[in-house]
Amino acid sequence: MLMLTEFGKVFIFILLGAIFVTIAIIAAKLVSPNRPTHEKLLTYECGENPVGSPWVKFNIRFYVVALIFLIFDVEVVLLFPWALVYKGFGIFGFLTGIIFLVILGLGMAYEWRKGDLEWARPHPIPPELDKVLSKKE
Amino acid sequence: MSIMEIVVITLIKIVAILSVFLLSVAYSVYFERKIASWAQNRVGPNRVGWNGLLQPFADVFKLLLKEDIVPEASNKPLHTLAPFIALLVAFSTYAVIPFGPEVELFGYKINLVVADVNIGILYVLAFTSIAVYGITFAGWSSGSKYSLLGGIRSSAQMISYEVSMGFSVGGVILLAESLSPVKIVEAQHGWMWNAIIQPIGFITFLVSSFAETNRLPFDLPEAEPELVGGYHTEYSSMKFAGFFLAEYANMIISSALITTLYLGGWQNPLVDIFHIQGGWAVAMQVGAFMIKIALLLFFFIWVRWSLPRFRYDQLMNLGWKVMFPLALLNIIWVAVLIMVFKI
Repeated sequence: MLMLTEFGKVFIFILLGAIFVTIAIIAAKLVSPNRPTHEKLLTYECGENPVGSPWVKFNIRFYVVALIFLIFDVEVVLLFPWALVYKGFGIFGFLTGIIFLVILGLGMAYEWRKGDLEWARPHPIPPELDKVLSKKE
Repeated sequence: MSIMEIVVITLIKIVAILSVFLLSVAYSVYFERKIASWAQNRVGPNRVGWNGLLQPFADVFKLLLKEDIVPEASNKPLHTLAPFIALLVAFSTYAVIPFGPEVELFGYKINLVVADVNIGILYVLAFTSIAVYGITFAGWSSGSKYSLLGGIRSSAQMISYEVSMGFSVGGVILLAESLSPVKIVEAQHGWMWNAIIQPIGFITFLVSSFAETNRLPFDLPEAEPELVGGYHTEYSSMKFAGFFLAEYANMIISSALITTLYLGGWQNPLVDIFHIQGGWAVAMQVGAFMIKIALLLFFFIWVRWSLPRFRYDQLMNLGWKVMFPLALLNIIWVAVLIMVFKI
């Protein structure tokens, strides 16, 4: 017998959503004016002509964060099956989970200690009253 | 039920949900503006329709009729694809969220959820991850420095908080023994709400959803004093509306998700206390679900107009050094609770 699986329903949902979004964007294309000029199509840079390449260098920290994310997100996926069957395993399941989480925590502590979680932050030097006063004297 | 009936019922449910959802997205914009005006002692939109109630439609038509400017420096295919991804992903998550119990209508047994997928939570987590692509593409393809910085900030922020989000969900799965949102709601019968059993997980998930939806105090990807408009600086017309609506759609989705996972979904304790049966019980349960979502939405907006923005290093510190250990602690807490009380 022909059946519609639950994922089939999800697919229909996504399909209808996609059709709606496409119609909205195409409708906007049909009714809106289109009179491009060179100035209009310039990249916005506060009114000045854009300087240099738009793809500027960015902080290496973003890359490190992405790597750390990759490690821990995989561990989330490993944790889910354990969480699903936890109730049926009693003390054995509990100890296994705790060992796993402790190893995970150790990895986290290592990264923390090594300074991989630190973000370059501003170090303002506030003026101290006694120094200001001693200068005046 | 034959296949035709199933398809027709599914289509009716999808169309109903999509239209209610779109309407609530449009009106959440209106409520945001109204609440903002109350917070700042102004009047807010009050010209279009009674008390400005038609304002959302006026806004949509205005954006439809605006010229769509695609900058010369941009990568055009990706520039068009980005709002499409952002909006579609925001819609699609709703397919697995239950908004009511199973009801009998015209002789059919109807589950008040579009699709009862057995790995619904994984589906939701996967789709919220795809949302990162929409914003990163938008930032990269616009060919503007502001957009690039906004896009990169956004992707780093979203993936950082996704980890604590995933670990918080682990606690919910421990209790419900299932990845299906329907089962998770059923496991929170009466007052057994996850927000009460595991408050730490509730807080980490709530904070992570604020970061995932790029809302204040975590709206660094579009911080206007430093990045103009962030990743959507170079967008106009309906494509901009796509990002704009996606933000509000994400807010509603997050509220629905928090309700489902932590606030008992459609469970309404009053139904049990007064032994209400039949249609009224269903109406009260669906009503409870909507009221919970509305309250969370109000909370989202309230926070936006009350708190200042974080600095980027503070945001990252909060995500990795506070939320992540707390989420781990929450899992251990739930595991110990199950060991000791056998819930």
